[in-house]
Amino acid sequence: MLIELNEVSHVYQDENNVKALKNINLEISRGEFIGIVGHTGSGKSTLVQLFNGLIIPSSGTVKVNGKNITNEKSNLKETRRHVGLVFQYPEHQLFEETVFQDIAFGPKNLGLKKDEIRERVEEVMGLVGLDYDEFKDRSPFNLSGGQQRKVAIAGVLALKPDVLVLDEPSAGLDPQGRKQLAELLKYLYQELEMTIILISHRMEEIAELASRVIVMHQGEIVIDDHPIEVFSREQKLHKLSLDLPQITEILHRLEERGLKVNTNLFSISEASAEILKALRSK
Amino acid sequence: MLKDITIGQYIARDSIIHALDARIKIMITTILIIALFTIDTFTGFGFFAAFVLVVVLLSKISVKKVLKGLKPILILVLFTLFIHIFLTKGGEVLWSWRFISIESEGVYTGFFMVSRIFILILFTSLLTLTTSPLQLTDGIEYILSPLKRFGVPASELSMMMTIALRFIPTLLEEADKIMKAQQARGADFESGNLIQRAKSLIPLLVPLFISAFRRADDLALAMESRCYRGGEGRTRLHELEFRYYDFIALIIIIILAVAVSFY
Repeated sequence: MLIELNEVSHVYQDENNVKALKNINLEISRGEFIGIVGHTGSGKSTLVQLFNGLIIPSSGTVKVNGKNITNEKSNLKETRRHVGLVFQYPEHQLFEETVFQDIAFGPKNLGLKKDEIRERVEEVMGLVGLDYDEFKDRSPFNLSGGQQRKVAIAGVLALKPDVLVLDEPSAGLDPQGRKQLAELLKYLYQELEMTIILISHRMEEIAELASRVIVMHQGEIVIDDHPIEVFSREQKLHKLSLDLPQITEILHRLEERGLKVNTNLFSISEASAEILKALRSK
Repeated sequence: MLKDITIGQYIARDSIIHALDARIKIMITTILIIALFTIDTFTGFGFFAAFVLVVVLLSKISVKKVLKGLKPILILVLFTLFIHIFLTKGGEVLWSWRFISIESEGVYTGFFMVSRIFILILFTSLLTLTTSPLQLTDGIEYILSPLKRFGVPASELSMMMTIALRFIPTLLEEADKIMKAQQARGADFESGNLIQRAKSLIPLLVPLFISAFRRADDLALAMESRCYRGGEGRTRLHELEFRYYDFIALIIIIILAVAVSFY
């Protein structure tokens, strides 16, 4: 088991003492693509920060690769190498003079040799779609927002993590940027067999990519299932103030109005074929 | 660890101390700071500390919370204490080793200064703990406004202070977030020698400054698009008003201060 959470609860120690997570039990195995959804304040971001020890839970245990990370403080650096975390608006963490140096920050902290660092930077820049020779010497601050985000994601990929966790990576990107990001995640998952955990508000993204969906509500996991199962529970999702993917929503509405369609479809092409079929057979 | 910083923090409570006019509170603080520096006995300090305790109790803010505000100045205080103990000479020699000696005068002055700093910080932190930043800067503006005639930009100064205070928690939150993001990339803020530690702050400070400048830009734009044009002729939503108990408080404090300094 790659990541294992056992009876984990977390309370933020400050003025308000918010109980962010309540008795979470969760197992994540290698090769999964997990989508985490839930509305603002449901505990998603707190949950993913447990995976690499940035937050130590108030109670319960977190195991990564079988190692308990809730009591071994010294080994957190090692854990963070295995679990790469891309925060919300990751471009806000850029600080170096050149794109190359910024991406090299992670590998340098791992104590890698110069050649290997260079190799890794070139490789991950290729992955995120930034031309190595064109961008390596440019200042990250003179790039567009979308390019900055690519640099920031490359900076985490350069650690070569086993698990890549992304917190709202598509927020604020234009449609083209979102598409490129989805392509990247698909590639990492399918070709490089990385385990991916994606937090998103965009149900389309989750439906398209994830192999398992976790729905959070007020610090608890309320649904943990295959995307088809999750998105068929329309009522429940609406009650948690979550949406269905737009396509699925349309199919559900059509079904309500008496058109016999299969509502478990998430892509435009599948759905349009299904609607045409239903209309013809009428 | 950044969450421990309480400087400039305001805690809302429904108490007499909170209800006092901000101008009166600023005046009271000033008077008492002056009084504090005229005190030259430990009995005086004891009396003063008891008074501060009464004010804390009246303010309904937990004593623990107020004492927590002393944490950041602990190093300064210890430093003062050691300097005095080792360098102030006079009185009996208590302990000596080669050229280093501790003399009674030094110990006395050391603890004397430490008590003074503690009471000073406690009392002034009470001002910010019980007065919302907005009232505080309004109060300062009122107090400075006679100086406008001599070209002191009182309203601009108070606006700058309001903004600075407003952004302390925001920047702390931001710093926390950037720190975590860099830690996720293997950055280490907690180990190594002094130089390594200072160096390791670069990945934190550069993004923090950039975001502060970005926020400043955004704020300036937002203010300008709402036609902000300085303090000239501005009216306020909540006018500060003196009430009878403000004067009673002021009179009590003046009597106390005079009594303490002539004691």
